[in-house]
Amino acid sequence: MSDMNTKNEFKALARDGLWENNPALVQLLGLCPLLAVTGTVTNALGLGLATLLVLMGSNITVSLVRNWVPNEIRIPVFVIVIATFVTFVELMMHAFTYGLFTALGIFIPLIVTNCAIIGRAEAYASKNPWHKAGFDGLVMGSGFALVLLLLGAIREVIGQGTLFDGAELLLGDWAAGLRIELIQFDYPLLLAVLPPGAFIGMGVIIAIKNIIDRYQKEKDAKSPVEKAQRVRVTSQ
Amino acid sequence: MIFSAMKRNGLILAAFAIVATALLMFTQFLTADRIAAQQRNELMLTLTALIPSDSYSNDLYGDCTEVININALGSRLPQPIYRARFNDKPVALAVRTTAPDGYSGDIHLLVAISVNGTVLGARVLEHRETPGLGDKVDARRSDWIYSFTNERVRDASDVRWQVRRDGGAFDQFTGATITPRAVINAIQRTVVWANENQQRLFAAPTQCSNNTPMPEELSHE
Repeated sequence: MSDMNTKNEFKALARDGLWENNPALVQLLGLCPLLAVTGTVTNALGLGLATLLVLMGSNITVSLVRNWVPNEIRIPVFVIVIATFVTFVELMMHAFTYGLFTALGIFIPLIVTNCAIIGRAEAYASKNPWHKAGFDGLVMGSGFALVLLLLGAIREVIGQGTLFDGAELLLGDWAAGLRIELIQFDYPLLLAVLPPGAFIGMGVIIAIKNIIDRYQKEKDAKSPVEKAQRVRVTSQ
Repeated sequence: MIFSAMKRNGLILAAFAIVATALLMFTQFLTADRIAAQQRNELMLTLTALIPSDSYSNDLYGDCTEVININALGSRLPQPIYRARFNDKPVALAVRTTAPDGYSGDIHLLVAISVNGTVLGARVLEHRETPGLGDKVDARRSDWIYSFTNERVRDASDVRWQVRRDGGAFDQFTGATITPRAVINAIQRTVVWANENQQRLFAAPTQCSNNTPMPEELSHE
């Protein structure tokens, strides 16, 4: 039974994290950093990677210690684990990607408050073995990071007319060449850069996802034999 | 019953806290030097961008003194001042200063002033101005801050040291006048003060306790 089942389970996890139960688009968790730092692709990538690292680390750790942590104190323990990883990532970014650290500023410590992380610790990692929990962290974190990137790209193109502006802050000097100037604005569309633009962009992305989901559903309904019914796992 | 559970849970929680703290202390110990070096680098880059490196022969970053002067330097905290000398002859001062009246809080600046009183240049080190509007004071966003290079300040009431809208010599930005106004005023105040106190500043003992470009306690909000 095992091999095929495990493979299917990982597949289902990946599907969940990236699409069906995407932390940003479906669970709507972690909106504060999501909306605040997605002004450019570079910032989005930086925070996305930081969140991904923290989520994987906390998921694996929580899973490894799950049998030693009594139920009553599991939440404070999760908080300690997550805060430790965030501080670790913050120190590392401060030491190795200084420019990005100054650009992301207060949003790195705010990863602690990203409910997607404690949500995964509670809902998945505390009940599953470490390799599954780690994979869950990987796909959930990737799902979150991809939405950050998409929103960052939309806002950067509309607001500044560029892509990958300041990539050298994150990736080193060679990345300065990644910068693409798509449109030259005399007056860039400020709305896209400011927080309201983030909300509007986020709304548009969620709407597009819903349209795709509905289209998919209608297609499935027309040919019901093709696939078994999927259980949709959404909590909210 | 409940007490034994409390005791056990408390001990487990304490164990987690101790392990987590130990790990973080270890990480901090490992990264502390590198972080300090990064901050030093960043400041050195700004310093060398403002004061040509062949014009002085001393260790510019090490030759530092601190001054608290809320009127001239805009902060209650000590502001470092770096002194460039060529064979002990004064060449230039690089003063950290703050514009307390930015549109979104303090704007931290580094202003370099030649010994003859000319502004060698200025850079914004840290700010929170509106993206797309006020953030043009940042050298990464626009060339505006270069317009101070080689300028002179006659005195505190020099009419040239204002934005054009107020009759001065420096551009404001479309939709943002408060930010450039704050930066111009801060540079003017700093230059006037530094020129008045030049000899005292060059003579002051080398002593910088908080020798970092971006003290964290400044960025609270």
